[in-house]
Amino acid sequence: MLLIPCPWCGERAQTEFSYEGDATVSRPDPATASDEQWLDHIYLRDNPMGLHEELWHHVAGCRRFFKVRRNTVTHEISGSAAPTDDIPEDVSGDAS
Amino acid sequence: MRYSIFTLARNALSHHQNWPKAWRSPDPKPEYDVIIIGGGGHGLATAYYLAKLHGITNVAVVEKGWLGGGNTGRNTTIVRSNYGQPGNTEFYEHSVRLWEGLSQDLNYNVMFSQRGVINLAHSDGQIDAFQRRGNAMRLNGIDAVYMTPAEIKARVPLLDISRNTRFPIMGGLCQPRGGVARHDAVAWGFARGADARGVDIIQNCRVTGIDVAGGRVTGIQTSRGAIKAKKIGIAVAGHSGQVAAMAGLRLPIESHVLQAMVSEPMKPCLDTVVTSGAAHMYVSQSDKGELVFGGDLDFYNSYAQRGNMPRIEEVTQALVTMFPAFRRARMMRTWGGIMDMSMDGSPIICKTDIDGFYINGGWCYGGFKATPGSGHVFAHTIANDAPHRCNERFTLDRFFKGTVIDEAGAGPTPKAH
Repeated sequence: MLLIPCPWCGERAQTEFSYEGDATVSRPDPATASDEQWLDHIYLRDNPMGLHEELWHHVAGCRRFFKVRRNTVTHEISGSAAPTDDIPEDVSGDAS
Repeated sequence: MRYSIFTLARNALSHHQNWPKAWRSPDPKPEYDVIIIGGGGHGLATAYYLAKLHGITNVAVVEKGWLGGGNTGRNTTIVRSNYGQPGNTEFYEHSVRLWEGLSQDLNYNVMFSQRGVINLAHSDGQIDAFQRRGNAMRLNGIDAVYMTPAEIKARVPLLDISRNTRFPIMGGLCQPRGGVARHDAVAWGFARGADARGVDIIQNCRVTGIDVAGGRVTGIQTSRGAIKAKKIGIAVAGHSGQVAAMAGLRLPIESHVLQAMVSEPMKPCLDTVVTSGAAHMYVSQSDKGELVFGGDLDFYNSYAQRGNMPRIEEVTQALVTMFPAFRRARMMRTWGGIMDMSMDGSPIICKTDIDGFYINGGWCYGGFKATPGSGHVFAHTIANDAPHRCNERFTLDRFFKGTVIDEAGAGPTPKAH
């Protein structure tokens, strides 16, 4: 069971949340975006092996979206933040 | 050596101590015509068909661990071709037809058992959708039979078809030619067949880099040194993104963990495969008597080959709700595998913009059943530098062109396929 730190509610069980994917993807400006930019935005992902910034939705709690930094190999979570904020640097020293 | 009743009897006389090795373990040569990265079922099948059908025998299969140690040994062994979308229908049926002759072709018993695959419908909408899909399959020459609840009960007596269960069963679509196979035997059979035709299978050899010069591949860097090659194909399932990145490609793929579970063995009680999309569960009984079952992904990106308890609980709840008799069975083990979830739920088997570099990936849940078909069309694609009829829609540029093959209608959300 993952314990996910919601920035507003604190650590809660994984079953309260819904996963919403890569948080580093940002929508291009529809007025100027090229087809390649749309391809990149909608379909292509870095899919990293290691640290991954991702969006979670606290559906059974405050219902807010937020960012989590999680290791995709160990599942260790090393920080969270509001979607528009930066996740604080990991101070535990083992964010490999 | 060809396996037969006579070689079995001869080796029985020496207490089975003198069977020859099924394949060699050669050191890598400095150069090959084709290198296949990934020694799972797909990579080994590709090498086998390259050697058998296209006369290309100067081939190496490079595997970081041991043969079939990834998803080939981690799946739930279901084989079927019950798809409705153009692209998928012809490809998966091509694969099932290869399965039907595979044990004879390989001279290796892959224990393909066509015991049928039943998809359960739990709503009026699902009945309509399943009948439509069944009709699409039949129009494409694939077998499909719509079943009423009473017919399903006669076929699967332990299934609870009462009206007041959590997911009342209102019908089902059966593909009688679907079934299960012995997953390890598939990898070993293709490995033996490829090796006998001259393919070098190199295990414990991790690829660390792909050399590209002037827009074409020239070779790979590995933990056992550099190897040159004119053509390179990758068939690395959950690590497709990592390996493609070595050649500078970004893929429309996310890697997710899918769990499977096995109960303690019990007497034969389930002689078909039962799946429920609504309850997110599928189950069959292995030849050893264990119930083999699984359900959804864990739903977050992962390379961990292990999952979390909430999903195990949900899948098991669905199983025992639909099969009350299984409530007292004990769980024997669980495990996870890394799925290369593509953005439309369909695979990618194609050449790329880099000359001589070919991709086979994006298998989502469906890699095992595709093994012979995937190897067959990937070998064709590599040998001819052009797709086979059955994989011409599985391109990378379908995401750019908008010709995605979204069987589930789930949109560009990999976890939802």
